[in-house]
Amino acid sequence: MTDTTLADPANGADISAERLARNRKRAFRRGLMPWLFISPYLILFVVFTAFPLIFSVYLSFQEWNPVTGLSGMRFVGLANYTQAITDPWLWKSLYNTVWLALATGIPQHLIAIPVAYLLVAAFQGAFRHLYTATMFIPFITSTVAISLIFYTIYSANNGILNQWLLALSGVPVIGIVFAWVPEAMPIRWLGSADLLKPAIAMVVIWKYTGFNIVIYSAGFLTVSKDLYDAAKVDGCNGWQQFWYVALPMIRPFIFFALTLTIIGNLQLFEEPFILTAGDSGGVSQAGLTAAYYLYLVGWEWLEMGSAAAISWILFAFIAIATSVHFYFNAREGLEGHN
Amino acid sequence: MKKFVLTCLATVAIPAGAVSAAEIRLDGFPDFNNHLDKVIPVFAETRPDITVTYQMNNHGDHHKKLTTNLATGSGAGDIVIVDIGFIGSFIDAGGFENLSDAAYGADALAGRFVDYAWSQGQGADGNQYAIPIDIGPGVMYYRRDVLEAAGLEIGDVIADWDSYIAYGEALKEKGVYLIADAADVASTIIRTTVRPGDGFFFDAKGNSLITSERFVTAFETAKRIRDAGLDGQIGAWTNEWYDGFKDGSVATQLSGAWLLGHLQNWMAPDTAGKWGVSNLPGGVYGAWGGSFLAIPRQAEDKQAAWAFVEFLTGTPEAQLASLRNIGAFPVLKETYADPMFDEPIEFLAGQQARRLFAEIAEKVTAVSPQKGDLIAEDVVINGALLEVLNDGKDVMAALRDAERLVMRRVR
Repeated sequence: MTDTTLADPANGADISAERLARNRKRAFRRGLMPWLFISPYLILFVVFTAFPLIFSVYLSFQEWNPVTGLSGMRFVGLANYTQAITDPWLWKSLYNTVWLALATGIPQHLIAIPVAYLLVAAFQGAFRHLYTATMFIPFITSTVAISLIFYTIYSANNGILNQWLLALSGVPVIGIVFAWVPEAMPIRWLGSADLLKPAIAMVVIWKYTGFNIVIYSAGFLTVSKDLYDAAKVDGCNGWQQFWYVALPMIRPFIFFALTLTIIGNLQLFEEPFILTAGDSGGVSQAGLTAAYYLYLVGWEWLEMGSAAAISWILFAFIAIATSVHFYFNAREGLEGHN
Repeated sequence: MKKFVLTCLATVAIPAGAVSAAEIRLDGFPDFNNHLDKVIPVFAETRPDITVTYQMNNHGDHHKKLTTNLATGSGAGDIVIVDIGFIGSFIDAGGFENLSDAAYGADALAGRFVDYAWSQGQGADGNQYAIPIDIGPGVMYYRRDVLEAAGLEIGDVIADWDSYIAYGEALKEKGVYLIADAADVASTIIRTTVRPGDGFFFDAKGNSLITSERFVTAFETAKRIRDAGLDGQIGAWTNEWYDGFKDGSVATQLSGAWLLGHLQNWMAPDTAGKWGVSNLPGGVYGAWGGSFLAIPRQAEDKQAAWAFVEFLTGTPEAQLASLRNIGAFPVLKETYADPMFDEPIEFLAGQQARRLFAEIAEKVTAVSPQKGDLIAEDVVINGALLEVLNDGKDVMAALRDAERLVMRRVR
């Protein structure tokens, strides 16, 4: 054995080199396999997520009217950013976004938590599923369809909302509360700056509360019955069971639902867009949200560079809001899993 | 009529030297498909070598698709329809063929088209990039029954804006609105009293005109109507708007001639005979809407595309067919001699409305489209005007704020 190798060193080297190459090839192939298996996702990710992301960073430093074609880009440095942060409409839209995020976010959870608790406590099996499903329907219905329906509901002269208010003002006892209605008619829910935001908020609350109810129902179901029993033994009444037992137990769910609400509400677009009929944010831009403004600048005014810069400002804004939320709520919300 | 059609056929038959089969696609928005379905076979008779197909998207989507097509340099049809509202942003961007080039020779057609529409298709360099295919002469539709009940003649109402408002005050006592939305009056004045050579919002050098007298007058007139409670505060294209046309609770509507087709086909077909049409109040002339055809640079068979553009816009036959098929008003002047223009329109109580539309079309002055128009439209008409009318903001303050906003974007 040793002889042959010594006698024919060249051949031996050949063999080992060949084997090495074969091994390397096999190792390479083996290493490649996992990548091949996940490549469909990777390719889609690069084409539809990574590239647009990087492209939008690049774009935010250019002035570009898309109609001029790719060659029409002109480098403008930070001009898009400086223009954006001094833009009164951008600030107005950010203010509207925060206003709507709070006015729609808080009620959603204040309604969803007790409703979910009652659903879980009072109903069993099929009934609960039926109720949860019913409340979930607004969430799975197309936002555009919902907004169009609310658009007619809010209509000043023929809208069902105003007709109801009028009818209520005629009812004997309750009428006193609505005595102001006939005088205020027609109430222009979508045509006055003061009412537009609350009108939009109503739609958003109506649509997303059901989603939160589902999350919270799932949360309350995870609370062990033993805990309630123990609380009862200790003399807790119903309210105390809810406040001291159930609520602390579903903290991770509250954290999760709040995170989704914050991100979702800061990206609000369809509801205000349709309720203002795409008219640049309605009266005094009261319904102009940041995402809506982004669309306006990019697609209506054809200033893609400026729109890209605004989108990064919006991103920073959402990131800050979410991290503030994480900073204050994460430890308890994630129960030490973070 | 028959003779007319025959001469038209003869004119289109001349360039019919079939070379090789070409396939072209026209991108646009409805109702053009209804028109194309009928005229493509006619075109095929003279140019069997060219197959024409089309792709229709709704108005907004079509222009967004066109924007992305031009941005990426691919995917656009060989011919695209461009609405007047978008012409300013698109025309100087370099995405369309220069039709004044010898290869097309569009300039030779100039004299046959309505002047203002033709010049709107010109870029800043004076070359033709888009050919008008239809126009919307600005008119006032009014309810005859309401006018009669008020004991007035239409001439008394449209003498000037004061008499128009006076009519509104007379109607108010009867619980009828003068107009659905006072904002329409403002945009009418803004659009019809442009000094020759100026754009809607900017002068030829790109300076803002937003705080000029024209805008102040427009805003103040609309505010007078709103403050006096003469308008219904009803937005266009809403159910309430249609209801106003149906039940006679709104007396007038300033609009393009094309509103007639909508009124009689679906908005208020039962009100036939109750409507009339007149010049705009104050003796002004203007246009609402209008569409253009352009050939994108990326088009493959540009000559075939041009042949079809010439057919659609430059032959009386196709132009008259568009009036018949979809109520799109012809832009080719020679068509106005057609007897069709003298036909009484039953919906308008037998009025020869098309003759009026044609007369107005020839009197509209050209307003050059500019690249900041879309922004200014949003900020001034959708923004400032609403603040003045709905929120009681001071006219001058609103205009100054709007001007500042527009000028910081229009670089």
